[in-house]
Amino acid sequence: MSNVTIHAIFDDEEPLLASAKTLRSNGISIKDVFSPFPVHGLDAAIGLPRTWIAICAFIYGLTGLSLATLMMWYMMVHDWPTNIGGKPSFAYYMNMPAFIPISFESTVFCAAHGMAITFYLRCWLVPGTKPKNPDPRTTDDKFMMVIETKEENRSNIESMLKKDGAIEINNSDFKYRN
Amino acid sequence: MHAESEIREPLILGNKTYHQISEDIVRPIEGKATKQWYMLLTLATICFLWGIGCLAYTIGTGIGVWGSNNGVDWAWDITNFVWWIGIGHAGTLISAVLLLFRQKWRMAINRSAEAMTIFAVMCAAIFVVLHTGRPWLDYWLFPLPNQFGSLWVNFNSPLLWDVFAVSTYFSVSLVFWYTGLVPDFAMIRDRAVKPFSKKLYSLLSVGWGGSARHWSRFEEVSLVLAGLSTPLVFSVHSIVSMDFATSVVPGWHTTIFPPYFVAGAVFSGFAMVLTLLLIMRKVYRLENYITVKHIEYMNIIIIVTGSIVGVAYLTELFISWYSGVEYEQYAFLNRATGPYWWAYAAMMTCNVVSPQVFWFKKLRTNFAFTFVMSIVVNIGMWFERFVIIVPTLCRTFIPSTWNMYHPTFIDVGIFTGTIGMFFTFFLLFTRYFPVIAQAELKSIVKSSGQEHKEKAKHHHAH
Repeated sequence: MSNVTIHAIFDDEEPLLASAKTLRSNGISIKDVFSPFPVHGLDAAIGLPRTWIAICAFIYGLTGLSLATLMMWYMMVHDWPTNIGGKPSFAYYMNMPAFIPISFESTVFCAAHGMAITFYLRCWLVPGTKPKNPDPRTTDDKFMMVIETKEENRSNIESMLKKDGAIEINNSDFKYRN
Repeated sequence: MHAESEIREPLILGNKTYHQISEDIVRPIEGKATKQWYMLLTLATICFLWGIGCLAYTIGTGIGVWGSNNGVDWAWDITNFVWWIGIGHAGTLISAVLLLFRQKWRMAINRSAEAMTIFAVMCAAIFVVLHTGRPWLDYWLFPLPNQFGSLWVNFNSPLLWDVFAVSTYFSVSLVFWYTGLVPDFAMIRDRAVKPFSKKLYSLLSVGWGGSARHWSRFEEVSLVLAGLSTPLVFSVHSIVSMDFATSVVPGWHTTIFPPYFVAGAVFSGFAMVLTLLLIMRKVYRLENYITVKHIEYMNIIIIVTGSIVGVAYLTELFISWYSGVEYEQYAFLNRATGPYWWAYAAMMTCNVVSPQVFWFKKLRTNFAFTFVMSIVVNIGMWFERFVIIVPTLCRTFIPSTWNMYHPTFIDVGIFTGTIGMFFTFFLLFTRYFPVIAQAELKSIVKSSGQEHKEKAKHHHAH
C-alpha cells in the first residue's frame, strides 16, 4: 500500500471551492491549494486554522513599546539627566508627554518588522529557494489542489474531482518543473 | 465572492480573464522600452546628476553655498523636505487607509502610489541629511553613548521624533510594498523565458508559490500592516509639523499645525499620484484598469483635502487676529502683504481656489484638465511650505535681523536633482516592476469587472 499525491487543476475558483466542499464532506483532507490570488472562503473550505501572525505582531509591538520606554528612561532620566529648557527630567512620568511620539513609532516599527520577518520565515520565503508551486500556471490563471491519499482511494477521489470540474488530474510521478 | 451593487461603475473595463490581466500587467516588462521612455530617463538622469554635483559641492565647501542666512536659517532645504514628505503620504494612505475602508478602487493604483511614497521619502531624506551642515556626523542623530561625540540625544525634541518617525515610515512602507510585490514577481518568474529575467524574478519572488496557507498569512499581514500604517501616516506629518509648532516663532506656534499638515500632505500626495498615473495609463495602455472612475475618485479626495487646507488657512488668519498678540498678527500680515506676497498669493490660488473647480463633474472626469490641475496643486503645496518657512523667518522679533532670502544656483540644483532622482527611480520602477497589483485585481474581476457586471444585470432583467 503506497501513498499517492493527486494534483488537480481547476481553471476557476467556483469549481475549486465546490470540489473542496465535496471532498471534505466525504472525509478526505486536502493537503494544499495553490492559487494566483487569495480565494475567499477557501480557508474554511479546506479547513485551515486561522493564522496566529496578528497575535505575534501584538507581542512584537509590546516589545517595541517596552524597549523604547527602557531606552528613554535610561538615557534621559537615569544615565545623564540634562536640564533642557527647564523641562523636568527627575522622573520618567514628568517627562512622559515628550516621550509619547517615539514610544508610538517604536511600537509600530517592531510590530511591523517583527511580523514581516515572521511571515517570511514561517512561509520560508527566502531568496534563492525554489518556487513552491508545482505548476507554474498557478501564479497566472490556474488553481491546483494537492491531495495525499492511499492508493486504493485514488480512483474514487479522481472521479469526484472530475465531476466537480477539475480540468486536469495528475499523480505524484508527474513532473511539472524541470 | 463578494456581491456588489450593479449600479456601481465597473473598476475593470472590457472582458478580462485572469490570463488577460497577467498579460496586460507584464507587457511593459517583457516588451521593449519605447523611445519616449529612454528620452524621459535621460532627462531625469541628467537632472539627477546635476543634483549630485550640487550635493557634492555643498558637502565639500560647506552649507554657506546655500542661500540660507542668519535670519532665514531654514529655507529651501526644509521647504523641499516637507514637500517631498507630504507627497510621500498618498501611497500609504491609498494602500492602508483605503484597504481598511474596503475601497476596491485602490487596487489599480496602490502599487505605483507606494513606489512613489518610497522614492519621495528618499528625496526628503537627502535634505534632512544635508541641512545639518556636517552630514558625516549625522550618526549623532541616533541614540549613541556620550563617547561617540555628543551627549545622549534629546528625546524632548521634535527634531529627534522626526528622525524616528521618518525612518519608521520609510522602512514600514518599504516592507508593505515589497510584501505586496512578491506574488506578482512570482507570476512574472513563472512565465519568464530569458534566463536572466528568470533568475532576477526568482530572486525577487523569494520562492512564492501561492499556497493557501501562505495566502492566508499574506492577507493577515497586509491587514495588520495597514492597521499599523494608518496611524503611522498621521503621526509622521503631525511630527513634521511639530518641528515648527513647538517653537516660539510667531506664525509657527499654533496648535492647528498637525491636522493642517496632514491634510496638506494627502492633498499634494494625491496630486502627484494623478500626475504620474495619467501618463502611465497612456504610455503602458492601462486604460482598462486605471479608468475615469479612478481619476474621479482621486479628484474628489483632492476637493476634500483642498477644502480642509483652505479652512485651515482661514482659521490661522482669524486666530492670529483674535489672539490679540501683535507678533502673531504681524506674522500673517507680513505673509499676505510683505515682500513675499506673491508666494502667498500663489499658495492661496493653487491650493484653495483652484481645487474647487472639481465640483463640476465635467472637469473632474477630464484627463487633460486633471493633469494640469495636479501640477498646479503641487506647485501650490510647495509654495505653502515656502510661505510657512521663509517669510516667517525673514521678519521675526527684532527688526535689525530682518533680511531677504534668495536661493542660489546650488539650492536650485539640489531641488532639481531630487526631482530627477524621483523620476529616474519611478521610470525604472515602471519598466521592471509590475505597476499594478495583479493578484489583487484578479480577486475583484468577478465582482467589479465590466463583463461580469453586465452579465449580472442581464440576469436580473430576466
